[in-house]
Amino acid sequence: MNGPADSGALVEIRGLKKYFTVPHGLLQAVDDVNLSVAGGETLGLVGESGCGKSTLGRVVIRLLDATEGSVFFDKEDIFLYNKKALRNFRKRAQMVFQDPYSSLNPRFSVEQLIAEPLHIHRVCVNERETAAKVKTLMDIVGLASRLTTSFPHELDGGRRQRIGIARALALNPEFIVLDEPVSALDVCIQAQILNLLHDLKDEFRYTYLFITHDLSVIRHISDRIAVMYLGKIIELADHLEIFIHPQHPYTQALLSAIPLPNVDIPRAGRIILEGDVPSPVNPPAGCRFYSRCPSRWDRCLGEAPVLRELSPDHFLACHFPGRVDKAKHIRPRTALESAEL
Amino acid sequence: MDQQQRENFLEIRDLYVQYHTDTGLVKAVDGLNLSLAGGETLGLVGETGAGKTTTALAVMQLIASPPGRIAGGSIFLQGENLLKKSKEEQRHIRGGKIAMIFQDPMTSLNPVLPVQEQIAEMIRLHRKADADEVLKKARDMLSLVGIRPERGSEYPHQFSGGMKQRVVIAIALACNPTLLIADEPTTALDVTIQAQVLELMRELRQHFNTSTILISHDLGVVAELCDSVAIMYAGRIVEKADTKNLFRRPLHPYTQGLFRSVPDLTGNVRRLDTIAGLPPDPTNLPPGCCFASRCNIAEPDCSRSRPSMIEGETGHFAACFKLGKRGGV
Ligand SMILES: Nc1ncnc2c1ncn2[C@@H]1O[C@H](COP(=O)(O)OP(=O)(O)OP(=O)(O)O)[C@@H](O)[C@H]1O
Ligand SMILES: Nc1ncnc2c1ncn2[C@@H]1O[C@H](COP(=O)(O)OP(=O)(O)OP(=O)(O)O)[C@@H](O)[C@H]1O
Ligand SMILES: [Mg+2]
Ligand SMILES: [Mg+2]
Repeated sequence: MNGPADSGALVEIRGLKKYFTVPHGLLQAVDDVNLSVAGGETLGLVGESGCGKSTLGRVVIRLLDATEGSVFFDKEDIFLYNKKALRNFRKRAQMVFQDPYSSLNPRFSVEQLIAEPLHIHRVCVNERETAAKVKTLMDIVGLASRLTTSFPHELDGGRRQRIGIARALALNPEFIVLDEPVSALDVCIQAQILNLLHDLKDEFRYTYLFITHDLSVIRHISDRIAVMYLGKIIELADHLEIFIHPQHPYTQALLSAIPLPNVDIPRAGRIILEGDVPSPVNPPAGCRFYSRCPSRWDRCLGEAPVLRELSPDHFLACHFPGRVDKAKHIRPRTALESAEL
Repeated sequence: MDQQQRENFLEIRDLYVQYHTDTGLVKAVDGLNLSLAGGETLGLVGETGAGKTTTALAVMQLIASPPGRIAGGSIFLQGENLLKKSKEEQRHIRGGKIAMIFQDPMTSLNPVLPVQEQIAEMIRLHRKADADEVLKKARDMLSLVGIRPERGSEYPHQFSGGMKQRVVIAIALACNPTLLIADEPTTALDVTIQAQVLELMRELRQHFNTSTILISHDLGVVAELCDSVAIMYAGRIVEKADTKNLFRRPLHPYTQGLFRSVPDLTGNVRRLDTIAGLPPDPTNLPPGCCFASRCNIAEPDCSRSRPSMIEGETGHFAACFKLGKRGGV
């Protein structure tokens, strides 16, 4: 199949691979990912740190080239865009970067930073209009107008992050990749931003790919959630379903490890993963979770599980779903013990 | 450590830190009092911009001047005022006795040095050992934070956000500090690795009696790791208690608002509760309670003078006028 499936998806990711050349081989940051995001949908993406989420996000809006595979945006392959189409795409798809500090030009003031995309795409007819638009955007993300002339290093982490969000919203994009957009914010401002994202979605039918480690946030904001492990999508389901019936042992471990803001609920059955995370450089042939899986089987070593539909709209890449062996939940050697300090 | 020293391991008194900017004098920390016992883990929680990082930098003696200045107060570590130390003494304390995990991992990593070298540098700075030994220790630190040692020769830009964060953690822990200040150490990590890092910090406390200040927005992490919690708003501590009491019965209206804003894991609401209004302008702090303009129980009197900390319940302090009036709550 070459074209996108006729699914009405705004973003359709097909057989996407992104490999990096590193000193000792090829690092498979994203490996054969298939995903689609419907117009107006919020797809949450979670997974271990280093599993390829940011890389996937960058490829999907063509900040990085793909090694293989395609991304269809509104039914067109973004890697086949000509210059004009690419320019148009740059307006329609935006990204809020994970590291708010290093993604902002330190010599620009807050106003200049937010005005930059407006200038590049010549959105406003004159400086007055630009200034007014910047003011509106600062209001939307809750940046006080006294900060207009401040520089990023003069601001705290939370305000820097809100500049990134304002920049992404500046061009009224249809699709936004949000890479940890609220992780530096206190829970109160976090709630304000999440409410804002909801409102924008209701009003303008924004489509989001939302990357975060915060599972209560992702559950709240997403329609569907995809779980990634070492370059691959291993589970995909409705946002509530995945919390109620997690099937992949990694998803189960992840959900069991959420720290709860409550001192009276006793922690039950935290699954602590043992074993090494395999290297993304020349990763093992079978299931990539094998080395840490509490319910692994011989078959998992030889044959990599593919993502398939387990029950309606619940996709899973595991040969033996939902059978975590409780006996394996033992305390692992502690980090200090193993490092022989 | 005798009893007295253990009780007052770290004592910050009336700390004022200000930044000179084009738009005015930013009063980032404005009369802050905080103490930490030996071996205690304190969670420092608060609005963004409340001055948490600034407080940490003041303890580290790393406030950049200009634009920053410690305008008043004292910081005692085991009875000695850090603000009275010479530059040389301060440098020695930093990294050896006190270590900090910085909020922005990229700003504390050197982009042109392999990550294992950066850990080794820290070890060499504080301890004599031969090159092989130092490198081995550096690689051990990497595996301790869950990074395969063979990736030690790579550069920061080749690592994901969370991996960079773990390198920063490894650097901070390399010298077994007695006071660890961790500024949002786990926000860039997934919960399984976060659990490992928290476990590591717990072990440090057990083995080396490390005292820790954990700055975090994640109330779950705070509930899990901290013995006590301090809530910061507009440059001051507005509530402090042991973790159980604070989570069971937050007393300050700001703290109560924070708890209401957290999306929970069982409900399915579309809109989250928020606190209306914006925090005050730090260049122009109001004379009264800084939270009054956003507080739903404020009275006109609240805007007249600054509330001081009141012991609402045994060991549970909050800076709220209404607390006294409510006679306990
Ligand atoms: N420019 C690069 N060169 C080499 N390797 C890279 C590069 N960018 C990313 N990688 C590697 O690709 C893998 C995936 O990185 P990525 O940043 O996508 O992870 P992530 O899932 O976003 O992690 P985190 O949650 O920690 O942000 C990691 O092993 C990382 O080291
Ligand atoms: N170098 C600087 N120059 C000018 N102002 C600064 C500087 N550093 C911090 N500030 C200001 O000082 C105040 C406190 O900042 P700080 O970084 O300590 O906040 P924080 O509590 O750590 O916030 P966050 O949770 O968002 O990281 C903020 O108003 C910030 O804008
Ligand atoms: Mg990332
Ligand atoms: Mg900070």
